[in-house]
Amino acid sequence: MKDAFGIPQSLLILGGTSEIGLATARRLIARRTRTVWLAGRPSPALDTAADRLRTLGAEVRTVPFDALDPGSHAEVLGKVFTEGDIDMVLLAFGILGDQAHDEADPPAAVRVAQTNYTGAVSAGLVCAGALQIQGHGSLVVLSSVAGERARRTDFIYGSSKAGLDAFAQGLGDAMLGTGVQVMIVRPGFVRSPRTAGRPETPLATTPEAVAAAIELGLRRRSETVWVPGALRPVMSALRHLPRPVFRRLPV
Amino acid sequence: MTKNGVQGDTVTLMPADTGTAADAVRDPYDPHDPYDPYVSLTGWGRTAPTTALLVRPRSYEETAEAVRGAGPRGSIARGLGRAYGDAAQNAGGSVLDMTALDRIHAIDADGGVVACDAGVSLHRLMEVLVPLGWFVPVTPGTRYVTVGGAIGGDIHGGNHQVSGSFARHVLSLELLTADGEIRTVLPGTPLFDATAGGLGLTGVVLSATVRLHPVATSLMTVDTERAGDLDDLLARLTAANPATGRPYRYAVARIDLLARGSALGRSVLMRAEHAPLEALEALPARARRRPLAFRPARLPATPAHLPSGLLGRAAVGLLNGVWYRGAPRRRTGELQRLSAFFHPLDGVPRWNRVYGRQGFVQYQFVVGDGQEEALRRIVERVARRGFPSFLAVLKRFGEADPGWLSFPAAGWALALDLPAGLTGAGSFLDELDEDVAAAGGRVNLAKDARLRPELLAAMYPKLAEFRALRAALDPGAVFTSDLSRRLDL
Repeated sequence: MKDAFGIPQSLLILGGTSEIGLATARRLIARRTRTVWLAGRPSPALDTAADRLRTLGAEVRTVPFDALDPGSHAEVLGKVFTEGDIDMVLLAFGILGDQAHDEADPPAAVRVAQTNYTGAVSAGLVCAGALQIQGHGSLVVLSSVAGERARRTDFIYGSSKAGLDAFAQGLGDAMLGTGVQVMIVRPGFVRSPRTAGRPETPLATTPEAVAAAIELGLRRRSETVWVPGALRPVMSALRHLPRPVFRRLPV
Repeated sequence: MTKNGVQGDTVTLMPADTGTAADAVRDPYDPHDPYDPYVSLTGWGRTAPTTALLVRPRSYEETAEAVRGAGPRGSIARGLGRAYGDAAQNAGGSVLDMTALDRIHAIDADGGVVACDAGVSLHRLMEVLVPLGWFVPVTPGTRYVTVGGAIGGDIHGGNHQVSGSFARHVLSLELLTADGEIRTVLPGTPLFDATAGGLGLTGVVLSATVRLHPVATSLMTVDTERAGDLDDLLARLTAANPATGRPYRYAVARIDLLARGSALGRSVLMRAEHAPLEALEALPARARRRPLAFRPARLPATPAHLPSGLLGRAAVGLLNGVWYRGAPRRRTGELQRLSAFFHPLDGVPRWNRVYGRQGFVQYQFVVGDGQEEALRRIVERVARRGFPSFLAVLKRFGEADPGWLSFPAAGWALALDLPAGLTGAGSFLDELDEDVAAAGGRVNLAKDARLRPELLAAMYPKLAEFRALRAALDPGAVFTSDLSRRLDL
């Protein structure tokens, strides 16, 4: 169960090697979390991530999960929920893709969309249903400011996050009154090994900052969290810029 | 996805208010449907809401049926929702609203004993009993608790030193256990000691017979004085009533936890006895005509949707200062109505809304006699941190009560409220837990919303016995609450 400050005792991370996911787990383990499930494709990286969290004192288990295989989600994730209540699900998987390459390789572009959007729709619905039966829990969905307005430089990734964001908003409304909180997290550019070498945009952030914002959002029972918070007014303004102007912006 | 998607999976109960005309026009997608039996519940602190099927049984049979039909996520009884934390919530399961079981069965007006349903509130008991010259044996800071809740939380009041906790005055109770049977439980038995303070986890209390305290009037004679610092306060709380030579029946101190330095622990101490008939002679004839009248006043309710942070550091610092300086240095024999002395906050319905939507946490701990230094360290720590605690109350407890999970133990009990939205409040309370446990103390589970389960066994040495009894009596864990899940009771 979550405590009065919204800190979960058990946590399921979909995308068990995600930098943001693991930063969040580290932060929550330091506060209350005792059980962590890392769901992801079996790999040495997943096992290493699990071992690192174990050294912090949590009971960590891994579960094979593939976003691109929605048919297996109900069974794989259902098994996790039968082992005990999950207080928080962090939907953290996603791939950035390579815009320049993917534009010339439609199947690769589709893979981005399937991972970030359809995979998340399937996993999100499965988890929301399980949380609803529990009558409590938070589903935290990692969206992105890239989904707020499509940019020339990453519209394949951006469009998949836009779909995910809209899905999560609707799911949050559907969950009203069920005891399940759906929280959308919209970080800006996150500095991590995955984004190394990519051009940084203003208001960049770190996985640790996103984790801190998630903890705050849990305490406030927020529906939407921007990281950093300044992105909210900035994106609100950018969203309303006429396209000819937006196109010329150096972002 | 409908919001009642849980229905077929977990629940075979019928909600108490089926068959209303409104059923015909219910919209399954309406989150504000007033007839939806699935409701979001919190404790009085308004933190950590979870959703459960709310059932309101109107008879013992309906209660038994609801318990027998509880789904895999179990059931828990709920009274008037005054427990601060998650003791009367059951996410995904059912919650039994016991307030429809509100009959007073019998009153022995000569011997001072009442037999009533568990859903009867202490407010109702006072309305009926005070005019007959009887008062409840123990009352907390609110009258709006049920008798069942008073037993499940084994509540205490300002008279703990003299009278002990509520369950000490219970002569017998009827308990509906997980097998659907109704058992009569007598004091001194293991089941009684597990049920007193057992947070509803041994079963549903259906009725109880309670011994009362005689009163000659519905007034209190109150001695108020200021204590300039913590040492002064502890000395005064230990002192006897100079008028009688015995300890005061009721003694509570409101402590300003924002005061630091030489004013650390400055408090307003209120000690009182039930006023004898002679004490009324000073009053005008009109006021003397009905010495046992019980007419508490109530203000309009606190508005909903107040912003969080109204009771911030500056506001609370100011209010605490005004409260302290506004109190008389020393005043004796003041006559106050029962409600004004015991339940000032009941005069402001739904005062818990003042903390805004994020709610608040009440933290109450007790440390034993001889642990005054530990108490001082904790008070210092709170003062240094400067968290705005508006309603801090210090009491002296008498001997520990027999309930296995009963909170009181001989020593000093401090209760403080903190807004749940405060940054760092969670880890700060975790640090206090360590201090409390190291001093051999414990925190009050009926008020808890955030304790770490690891500390529980150190704080409650009878925990293993409680778990064993529960495992034997309720192997399927029919009686489950958010609190029992969180603390793995």
